[in-house]
Amino acid sequence: MTANNEIKRSLAASVWFMFLTFPIMVIKVNTVTHTVEWRWANMLWVGIGAFFLSMLWRYLLIKKEMGNNKETSDKPGLVQTITANPRFYIPALVALGVFILVFPHLFSMYQTSIMISALIYVMLGLGLNIVVGLAGLLDLGYVAFFAVGAYSYALLNLTYGITFWVALPLGGLLAGCFGILLGYPVLRLRGDYLAIVTLGFGEIIRLVLENWNEFSHGPSGIANIPKPSLFGLDLTLDQKTIYLFYILVLLVLFTIFVINRLQDSRIGRAWVALKDDEIACQAMGIDKAKTKLRAFALGATWAGMGGVIFAAKTTFINPASFTIWESVIILCTVVLGGMGSILGVISGALLLILLPEYLRDFGQFRMITFGIVLVLMMVFRPGGMIENVRKTYTFKGKMEN
Amino acid sequence: MDFDYFMQLFLGGLTRGSIYALIALGYTMVYGIIQLINFAHGEIYMIGAFTGLIVSSVLTMAGMPTLGVVIMAAMAAVIYSSAYGYTMEKIAYKPLRNAPRLSALISAIGMSLFLQNYVLLAQTSDFLPFPSLIPDFDFWEPYAHLISSPELVILATTFVVMMLLTVLIKFTRIGKAMRATSQDKIMAALLGINVDRIISVTFVVGSATAAIGGLLIASHIGQINFYMGFIAGIKAFVAAVLGGIGSIPGAVLGSFVLGWTESFFTGYISSDYEDVFAFIILVVILIFRPSGILGKSETQKV
Repeated sequence: MTANNEIKRSLAASVWFMFLTFPIMVIKVNTVTHTVEWRWANMLWVGIGAFFLSMLWRYLLIKKEMGNNKETSDKPGLVQTITANPRFYIPALVALGVFILVFPHLFSMYQTSIMISALIYVMLGLGLNIVVGLAGLLDLGYVAFFAVGAYSYALLNLTYGITFWVALPLGGLLAGCFGILLGYPVLRLRGDYLAIVTLGFGEIIRLVLENWNEFSHGPSGIANIPKPSLFGLDLTLDQKTIYLFYILVLLVLFTIFVINRLQDSRIGRAWVALKDDEIACQAMGIDKAKTKLRAFALGATWAGMGGVIFAAKTTFINPASFTIWESVIILCTVVLGGMGSILGVISGALLLILLPEYLRDFGQFRMITFGIVLVLMMVFRPGGMIENVRKTYTFKGKMEN
Repeated sequence: MDFDYFMQLFLGGLTRGSIYALIALGYTMVYGIIQLINFAHGEIYMIGAFTGLIVSSVLTMAGMPTLGVVIMAAMAAVIYSSAYGYTMEKIAYKPLRNAPRLSALISAIGMSLFLQNYVLLAQTSDFLPFPSLIPDFDFWEPYAHLISSPELVILATTFVVMMLLTVLIKFTRIGKAMRATSQDKIMAALLGINVDRIISVTFVVGSATAAIGGLLIASHIGQINFYMGFIAGIKAFVAAVLGGIGSIPGAVLGSFVLGWTESFFTGYISSDYEDVFAFIILVVILIFRPSGILGKSETQKV
């Protein structure tokens, strides 16, 4: 009876989507040659696809509904159980470490290069995770700080000949300053306004870079940015790539270390409290503005360092690399992986960046998939793939009567 | 500065502003009812323009007279945009009604990304030339240096749409229900208003006005592409915030103010930083007067 009903509803959905996508999927006009191309096959695919997806959608919604009715259990998932048990995670870590060490020697330069970009995104994701995952501030202009880092290395190198190792902390610092600069006035804003202002800020930075030719060389960008050098040794291009890979691995480890320490610190807990309830948090005596500012500045610092590495990796930057959609991709890695969870963000970034790279034919569907991922994740699994489990503190002392 | 040039910029700003207003109305209505920034609203407007182009091209090639083409294209654009707005609400926002606002916002961004790339994949990433739907009128010839007749039509259409919308919200039963829902959803539901239906209606009406805006601007500029919704959406959002988000007269006023400032800015200072300017206005307003010109400031309670 109910199953029959579901099928009927899915059929209706399928007809509805065929109607909905009709002009855009089926008809393609060429306004120059005045010809119309009718692609009826698309309509069939939409109909069949919509039917099955609608069934799946309904099933998932019902399942979610039932899950809500049950007592929400705090039982950790599979991943959490593994990561909590040293018997499992120590061998895994050792294996992973060895794999990373031999990776650039085992695989081609192309693979290493892809891995470098993925690791840059891991770093960016972890940085954004501080802002979005921990402090609950939606930052849509994150790529602006990435751009600040990249441009500060490129420009400092071009004008003053500053090397990578000096530029790395400097780029981070500069981006951090920009984070404070932006954060300071907008802290009073609520979540969604904050998102829009940060988006506006990101676009301002990009448009300035595009239009201020004397400063940033405009849309043509800056080329010939040197890769990092190893104590002045003469390295071949391949060696430089491998070197960059190891630098990045170290930096990611450093990032994980810092965030791990931050999470359990006073300020980390203040962030989480702020995310849950701003007003209650204020009532507990937490300085709202300062706490938010710290999250912003720290997140920006990581983006800045990521930017410096990005510039060093590609050796060419222009404003086209820093559009709003780049921010959205980074956001997507955080959301998919699991907001607030380090392991989640890392796997999210690796999955989202590596998968489209390896599935070449899939490349053009990359952005559309990201859009779907964002919506589906929010509807069905807002915690992400690897949910962050809130620490519970138990009283271990003796109760006094 | 001669007066004619000033008038030209003034009227140009008015036209610009009236198109922003058509899009900003959707933002402000949706925000007024469910306190959500519908990030994908710009995409609805883009879909309206695309549908208009496809339908009008097909009909023109089939040999339909111009007036018929214009009417059919406008109807198709309105119907399809509304349908997209409706479906979007059902998929991306309805399941999240009780979720944190961050989730709904991320879902909206996802929807925007999806719709853009859907049009990109199904159609093209190139700019498509859009036929001018509004002809030049002969009787308007002596004043055409100030404001062209298509611009005049844009102004008139906007005016009519605004009037219809005011009537809908102020005097009809559904408008009353919309106002009640925006005041207090739970109370409205207790009084027998079908809140889900009202939210759907809001999306449909907002999408329909956005579609009209999309058609008008596409026919005015003469080209469309899958990315056009983003910047227009942001600007309309700026206008809505400027006027006070949630307030319908505010959205209209904000749009005109934004249209004029942009027009004078590009006319007298520089056109390079036109888009930057809109963003700067946004940041400045949100910092100094987040409630906008006509908006009420709200206090947050626990």
